[in-house]
Amino acid sequence: MDTTVADNTEYILRVENLGKRFNGLVAVDSISFAVRAGECFGLLGPNGAGKTSTIRMMYGFSPPGSGTIRILGLDVASQWRQIRSRIGVCQQDNTLDPDLTVFQNLLIFAGYFRIPRNLASERAEELLHFFALEKKREAKVGELSGGLARRLTLARALINDPELIILDEPTTGLDPQSRHLLWDRLHALRARGKTFILTTHYMEEAAQLCDRLVIMDHGRILVEGTPASLIEEHVGRSLIEIGGLEQGALRRFLRERQVDYDELADKLIIYSNGDTAIEQAIHEGFSSRQCTFRAATLEDVFLRLTGRELRE
Amino acid sequence: MILLSNLSWRFLTVWRRNLIVYRKIWKVNFLVPLLEPAFYILAFGLGFQGLIEGLRYAGQPLAYTRFMAPALVAISIMYNSFFETTYASFVRMYYQKTFDGMMTTPLSLEEIILAEIVWSATKATAAALLMTLVLGLFGFVLFPQGLLIVPLAFLGGLAFGAVGMFFTGFTPSIDMFNLPIFLFITPMFLFSGTFFPMAGLPLWAQHAAYFFPLYHLVELTRFCCLGLVETSPLASLAYLVCFALFFLVLGLMAMRRRLIK
Repeated sequence: MDTTVADNTEYILRVENLGKRFNGLVAVDSISFAVRAGECFGLLGPNGAGKTSTIRMMYGFSPPGSGTIRILGLDVASQWRQIRSRIGVCQQDNTLDPDLTVFQNLLIFAGYFRIPRNLASERAEELLHFFALEKKREAKVGELSGGLARRLTLARALINDPELIILDEPTTGLDPQSRHLLWDRLHALRARGKTFILTTHYMEEAAQLCDRLVIMDHGRILVEGTPASLIEEHVGRSLIEIGGLEQGALRRFLRERQVDYDELADKLIIYSNGDTAIEQAIHEGFSSRQCTFRAATLEDVFLRLTGRELRE
Repeated sequence: MILLSNLSWRFLTVWRRNLIVYRKIWKVNFLVPLLEPAFYILAFGLGFQGLIEGLRYAGQPLAYTRFMAPALVAISIMYNSFFETTYASFVRMYYQKTFDGMMTTPLSLEEIILAEIVWSATKATAAALLMTLVLGLFGFVLFPQGLLIVPLAFLGGLAFGAVGMFFTGFTPSIDMFNLPIFLFITPMFLFSGTFFPMAGLPLWAQHAAYFFPLYHLVELTRFCCLGLVETSPLASLAYLVCFALFFLVLGLMAMRRRLIK
């Protein structure tokens, strides 16, 4: 995998050989990647892969153990204050201020950036409108549902009109309506030329939003690419799931034809990669009631690369 | 390690946030310092004073309530600031994750923590001023020198706010604040020349009290209210300044160790 990046391109973020240890355990193991202006870049990986550690180092919350991060041409270690004034961060935890109303959350947050009052309230009004929060203007943050709270968190992260927006699991725990509204808003922001870095557990979300992404595990980057190229390269265009335990004949057939497959506890996943002859043969010779022919997804890539066993 | 380069006037934006929250319930916030001295003076003046005769402070006979009233102000300064940077700051840091949110803005951790301590001193000053005015109505405060309570309360608030923040820096759970309160705050509350003059105690106890910041604060509030003092006001002032600075640095270090990983 090629992670070296030429110096002359307009990269908004460049991470080089970034590492981090906590109490001797390696959380992030010398990773490198770069994000271009206007891109939406995904950091994917199971729990404990090192995504949030990486993000926290990006906005200067935790100091890098090794390596460097440059954002907008500035070094995070020494110029974190300038960087933070030009980026927006939407953290995984709800860090909204429960002692304040919705509108005050935006205004007082703007104060931390030293945004002049008039400009701050103008932007706050715009953001309330953009995220359909006007009716909740005077509500206490504790009274907001999960979806509303997340919209407000995102609105707050945009109060300084950031060039780069970092989103750590922005849709975890939201209902489908809230999630779609948030995706819609993110698309609108992308159309305005904002750059995004996003972590998520939802492969559908990553496939929809991300131009490029990396899949991380155990602190390392396993693969990097566009969603389509990763699917193409690691699982092919289509696959077949066949249930049932007695599959000896099918397995012999697949080995003879040199077709890739994974064995799970109660089914086989066959990476037929759009080969209609193979699919036809399997359909006629081996299919049963528990047989699914489907297009490959990013989730198949993810599971194939990071394994299917539970992490926690 | 704390970085001086991380400190700027930007900390006032966090201080302002706390002020805005405080103003929302200012009536409740004002009620305690307004009523507390009245309760104490009534209880001790009506119920207790008759039992106590011959109290002498700084070589002069003094009515018990006049002796005790300035100590109430000092105790209130201690409680207001110490409770703010322990329980209240812990809630903001741990349960509300307010500091985490602030750390995505151009604020440094040092500025956030400094703002919390300065805020605790501000709150203590407001309470002390209200109490002094109420005690003034009872005739227990000499004016205008009694207004020196205002800068003094701010200094005392910084001292107790800083030491509170130091405890917050390593206290694992909010219930564990019982420990510094029982071992540090309560003994000071009782043995700092608050409810009886230190001169009546054995010499070793008098010397031990010199280490208590509250002892010096009580001496100084008494000086402001009555114009009487047993020890040197300048020495007490110097002690409080050193105590505040020492724990300000220690508090910042403890919080950095706790939060920056």
